[in-house]
Amino acid sequence: MREGLDQMSFVVAAYAVTIIATLALAGWSWLAMRRAEAKRDEAKRK
Amino acid sequence: MHAYANPTRFLKLARPLTPLLLVSGLLMVVASLAWGYFAAPPDRLMGETVRILFLHVPAAWLGMGGWTAIAIASLVELVWRHPLAALAARGAALPGMVFTAICLVTGSIWGRPTWGSWWVWDGRLTSMLVLLFLYFAYIGLTQAVDREGASSRIAAIFGLVGAINIPIINRSVVWWNSLHQPPSLTMGKSSIDPEFLWPLLGSTLGFSLLFGGIVLARMRTLLAQRQTEARLRRKAAAAEAVV
Repeated sequence: MREGLDQMSFVVAAYAVTIIATLALAGWSWLAMRRAEAKRDEAKRK
Repeated sequence: MHAYANPTRFLKLARPLTPLLLVSGLLMVVASLAWGYFAAPPDRLMGETVRILFLHVPAAWLGMGGWTAIAIASLVELVWRHPLAALAARGAALPGMVFTAICLVTGSIWGRPTWGSWWVWDGRLTSMLVLLFLYFAYIGLTQAVDREGASSRIAAIFGLVGAINIPIINRSVVWWNSLHQPPSLTMGKSSIDPEFLWPLLGSTLGFSLLFGGIVLARMRTLLAQRQTEARLRRKAAAAEAVV
């Protein structure tokens, strides 16, 4: 450990980046899938 | 495997599996990250920053795993022409890219307090950055292929050729001098203390389940988009024939 940096702020930053990116990816993938399948079902009905 | 090349059979399996993988992965990630953050002790050398291990290692594994999946699916597409192989390769690209980016960012955050630098141009970091650029190129190429209606075999060949970077990443810390530590986990061997190993295995399994769920969701999205396009095209052709 150099310069007496606060280690926990680096840990918190790494956790925040990972959790936000993972949740955004999973949530967006799920919503995009639901939208695409709804659109396909609608095209089938028409 | 041939049986599941049929979209109907694939959907029958993927529909219950997608939420199952996403929810079980999410629960496992939350539990193992909480374990790593709150319960794992500080390391003798790395201090509190050792907790970044539980994010960085799964992200690196999935960044490389994503491209390995692209290469296998590309091979299947080229050799057996499975209709779902191209979708599987495209489905793995976005999550693979995101986890490669997470690996690079968390590695950089980890490097600052432990190495005194956000970035060094050594073999491991540079080859991982090359992997990120390969993902950018692959996603751009597949979008261009789909837009222009060109053969998807071009993207499959790119997916196969790009796989040459995976063993380079894996062996980079052995082949070249590096600030990055050598592998701590190899087949059947570990130099990691059990206090860190168990939360690490838990988070790796959890992120892998999440990754699987995301790949299935992406595949279902791409399949639904293609089915919608095909249906609309058929309807337009039928309407033209009537006129």
